[in-house]
Amino acid sequence: MAPEKSPYGFRYIGKKRRTKEDPRFVMGRGRFVADVALPGMKHVALVASPYPSARILSLRTEAARATPGVHYVLTGEEFCAATDTLAIGVDAPEVTRYALAKDVVRYAGEWVAAVVADTRAIAEDAAELIEVDYEPTPHVIDPEHAVKAGSPLVHPAHGSNVLFHRRFVWGPVEQAFAKAEHRLALRAVWGRSSTVPIETFGVAAQWDPGQQMLDIWASIQMPKYPDQTARALRLPGNAVRVHYDVDVGGSYGGKRGIKHTVLVGYLARRLNMPVRLLEDRLENMRGGDAHGPDRIFDIEAAFDGDGTIRALRIRALDDVGAYAGRSPLQLGKPISAICGPYRIAAVEYEPTSVMTHKTPQEAVRGFGQSPTNFALERTLDHVARHLDMDRIELRRKNLIRKDEFPYSIPSGSTYDSGDYHAVLDKALAAIEYPALVAERDRARRAGRFAGIGIATCLEPSGGNSAFEPLFNPKNDTTTWMDSCLVRVDLSGAITGVMNTSSSGQGHETLVSTVIGEVLERDPADIRVVRADSLSALPSNSPVGSRMAIMLGGAAAGAARRIKEALIEIAAHNLGCTAEAIEYRDGNAAVRGHPQQRLTWDELVAIAHRKFHRMPAGLEPGLQATFVWEVPTGGALPSADGTVQIYPCYAFEAHVVYVEIDPETAKPSLRKYVCGHDCGVMINPDIVHGMTYGGIAHGIGAALYEKFAYSSDGQLESGTFMDYLIPSAMEVPTISIVDHCTPSPLTTFGQKGSGEAGYLGAPAAIANAINDALAPLGAGIETLPITQDALWRAIETAKAGR
Amino acid sequence: MKAASFEYVRAGSVDEACELLRQDGDAIKLIAGGQSLVPMMAMRLARPHRLVDINEIAALKFVAPGPDAVRIGACTRQCLVERDDALAALVPLLRQALAWVGHIQTRNRGTVGGSLAHADPAAELPLVAQVLSARMMLRSTVGVRSVSAEAFFAGPLTTAIEPHECLEEIHWPVWSGMRTGCAFTEVSRRHGDFAILAAAAQIAVDNDGRCVRASFGLGGGGQAPLAFPDLAARLLGTRLEADAVQSAAHEAAVKLDPGSDLHASADYRRHLASVLAARVLRAAHEHAMSKQ
Amino acid sequence: MSEPLYPIAVVVNGVERTANVPARLSLVDWLREELRLTGTHIGCEHGVCGACSVMLDNEPVRSCLIYAVQADGHCVTTVEGLAQPDGSLSVLQDSFCQVHGLQCGYCTPGMLIAAQGLLNTTPHPTDEQIREAIGGNLCRCTGYQQIVDAVKHAAERLAAEAK
Repeated sequence: MAPEKSPYGFRYIGKKRRTKEDPRFVMGRGRFVADVALPGMKHVALVASPYPSARILSLRTEAARATPGVHYVLTGEEFCAATDTLAIGVDAPEVTRYALAKDVVRYAGEWVAAVVADTRAIAEDAAELIEVDYEPTPHVIDPEHAVKAGSPLVHPAHGSNVLFHRRFVWGPVEQAFAKAEHRLALRAVWGRSSTVPIETFGVAAQWDPGQQMLDIWASIQMPKYPDQTARALRLPGNAVRVHYDVDVGGSYGGKRGIKHTVLVGYLARRLNMPVRLLEDRLENMRGGDAHGPDRIFDIEAAFDGDGTIRALRIRALDDVGAYAGRSPLQLGKPISAICGPYRIAAVEYEPTSVMTHKTPQEAVRGFGQSPTNFALERTLDHVARHLDMDRIELRRKNLIRKDEFPYSIPSGSTYDSGDYHAVLDKALAAIEYPALVAERDRARRAGRFAGIGIATCLEPSGGNSAFEPLFNPKNDTTTWMDSCLVRVDLSGAITGVMNTSSSGQGHETLVSTVIGEVLERDPADIRVVRADSLSALPSNSPVGSRMAIMLGGAAAGAARRIKEALIEIAAHNLGCTAEAIEYRDGNAAVRGHPQQRLTWDELVAIAHRKFHRMPAGLEPGLQATFVWEVPTGGALPSADGTVQIYPCYAFEAHVVYVEIDPETAKPSLRKYVCGHDCGVMINPDIVHGMTYGGIAHGIGAALYEKFAYSSDGQLESGTFMDYLIPSAMEVPTISIVDHCTPSPLTTFGQKGSGEAGYLGAPAAIANAINDALAPLGAGIETLPITQDALWRAIETAKAGR
Repeated sequence: MKAASFEYVRAGSVDEACELLRQDGDAIKLIAGGQSLVPMMAMRLARPHRLVDINEIAALKFVAPGPDAVRIGACTRQCLVERDDALAALVPLLRQALAWVGHIQTRNRGTVGGSLAHADPAAELPLVAQVLSARMMLRSTVGVRSVSAEAFFAGPLTTAIEPHECLEEIHWPVWSGMRTGCAFTEVSRRHGDFAILAAAAQIAVDNDGRCVRASFGLGGGGQAPLAFPDLAARLLGTRLEADAVQSAAHEAAVKLDPGSDLHASADYRRHLASVLAARVLRAAHEHAMSKQ
Repeated sequence: MSEPLYPIAVVVNGVERTANVPARLSLVDWLREELRLTGTHIGCEHGVCGACSVMLDNEPVRSCLIYAVQADGHCVTTVEGLAQPDGSLSVLQDSFCQVHGLQCGYCTPGMLIAAQGLLNTTPHPTDEQIREAIGGNLCRCTGYQQIVDAVKHAAERLAAEAK
């Protein structure tokens, strides 16, 4: 339970506080994109390709266009000529991408036409009347085939299906392998799953011909969204206004509907009518381009008999589907913690991003960190088994010690702070580990399969996205910023203005708490609003667990400037220097002379209304902006691919107990503890909430969720009946134990934490299940671990005996 | 996912519904709870020309215990059946099975008859109907005909209901005057999901603990639910010893011809069939033995 | 060619609302688009996620699986109708705020309906009963932990008030 008093000694930071956001949502007064009603708004339905790969021979739209209530039918022919391709994160200019296919379809579910009608129902009626003649062409679904010569090509103009490939060598890998006493190799497979929020993506757009401006409301979580929209629509940046005050119903990385937005933006302008596209669930699953990492890891570890891990070789093959935006970069972010929380001096990393005829991949919580951590933690367990060494002892031996911080890893990042051993110990103590081992062993003696899984994980946070220039040297970008504006109005009320959208992370609470802390005023009275993209200060949106650091830091920075102004006004009016002013609770007095004071209201009145009492050079009013670059950011990678990615490193240690019914092979998570250290938590309930959610999401990835494809390229799990999101019955009671190693790089010592739980849970669960299967000599290295797969592994092992 | 257009008629009586079916049975779908039909309509997999709503027909909503059977109206909500203690004392297998049917929202709207008429191979109520040899009363303008569960469930999503007929009520046999126990279990991916494999059993024993009546069945295999009267008959006179149960369960699994799908292979289903059949037989027997 | 319309009268949050609706208009679409009660949300339109849960005659149901015409003559309560008569939050709603039993808010209205349905029949629910009652409401943000805690919190407060 969150504490009543701040454990860090702050006034507001760290205390239990109700959030600002919760009241409107429990009343049902959220404002999601589907709630935005624009007068005269029209609705879009899509026509999708049934084939994974085909030429479009003809498209007949007359019957659809003639349907009463239909305003327009748009095909790729018109759309691709009138708009520009969407951006791709790697150097692959031939891999173009549009919302509608032209001439060729590249995945089953790709949109080929859009119908605009008075209602969504009529649009769907008309969509059924569109006749498309396809000529199917060879397709490739298996990424290991797709990388080979002779494979059908998804984008022939690109020359191969490989979007990115590089072999990074950091440290003396070759020598380490040569000298190490032991080595082992394994393959770990992360199944195609994704964030799949309960709200699908939606966007509404309205063109104002009088102002020549496009207004956009969307369920969006995406950096550079207004910019990319404007570019694709061939509009100047200041002709697009994105309204960030739309509540987003969950995103966790995936709400990047840039293609939907360009489509709807084009239609709104073309038709001079407001237009809305709300994905239905079928469109979302198959055509929304929001699948997730689909990755095969081949790992080799070189280690000594005492458990010291000398080197790792990691090959990662990731299937991004038929098109890409930033998705290949999800192979790059893990470089920021490529050796995990462990002291490993030499790492070779060979990522390959490959295309197949599947629905495209989009960002998923952690941006590749969870799959990589899964592979790494499976490796640790294999090493332990190879040496017949306790898995915890192996980790203790290799975990970076608290006296080693700041710690630089071979790929160039420096971990800011941490005490991994303490967090691990706390988690083990919380689950009463020795008793748990006894419980597990008792269960085994009684004939049940029982296992304990342990996994640690780093959460790189702060969003220094240096993997962008790392993966594409032509993209020499190093600015990842955020900002805040704080103003105190004439009445003395405080308002903070943030510059991006939110999807449940509690940013309004974050900003008001931080401003309140700095100005020593009650956050309950501080309002936080959002700018739109035209009035906004620069923001890179909530990605990479960056907002506590970046938005928190910006809010603090702007609040400090206000505080300095107040102190300056006080000093000027009280006849002393700024250093002699004692600022408390918003009031200012001469130190040692409390009767010589000015109250908050008096100071505010001077600032706003009494220019004759203002110090020279200070602007009227009380407002301040703060725009800043991510700490440790600003440098390009070196030639050998070394660069600091992410400033702050949160840490988690999961311990989970699982039992598997020996007859039905159904797994059951019985106990779950997560030790978590994200430095100073600005609002503990918010942090804990996201961690519980991350663990639930991780349970989904580990046991239930998969975008399954048939060999003929059809998505078999395109509804919620087949894509299995865990319910409250699949998620156990979870205990979180907190630890705090503040970051030296941030205002209050906070680190980021939006991905916590999801990063470590799949690894921990995979480790638990494998521990349960170990007495049988069985194992599973592919996620999700389904009951059928578990049963097979058990039967195979039994047969082998 | 908006349905294709349709006409809507709210039938005020069974007669009215049957008359509409007589006129136009092929183009009409009856809608009761809609928990299975409406998703299909949303995906445009079902596109009836006309929907006849039978939810408001009071005569279809009742639970009427009788000496040999309990009659339940086809449009009786599953949640009412689940909560009915008197019914649970007479036909306990219904309450046991309903605990596995979807979620609370499903059971608050779904009907007993609707689930049976839809006949999803993985649904729980059809399996109970099969195991208890329930009888389905099919009404049309020409009268009522009684169809046994065995004849009613023709295949996956296929029943003996003719286009002009409406399922009016279901008769659930009561095993009166016996020490009776029952059990229902299933394995699914998540709680409330369709069964990968389901099993149900009802056992009656005499004062010496010997089986005097037995019935068990399996569902979820991709076909219609199956009961195994011949195998159950072999349990009569026994005390459901381990090998008798194993043998019955194993042979039942062999008779099953389950399919493979995204969630489970045929092999796994066949394995589950044997495991779950044995579990319900044991549990039903224990339950019976615990009665006075 | 417009679709035939059917007259309906439905008591929504205590007030009778009349309308003429196409047969295929779902109850959730009618509530949201016509009555502008946008608190109820759509997540899947095929009866799995529970975001569209409302009370129909005081029982939680999925409003995406009911056509508006079918609601004629019945009572519907949406999240907007959960507040107290004076407009203040219900105990359950307030507990969700106190315990932070939500994040993005999208599943929350359906979750509140399911939880209120439980508390109406089971004043002292166990954790297991709570999880079962919300088992048909998917949440992607919270991992359910703080939701379960919020419902327990509300139950305790209601029990204390009843004394």
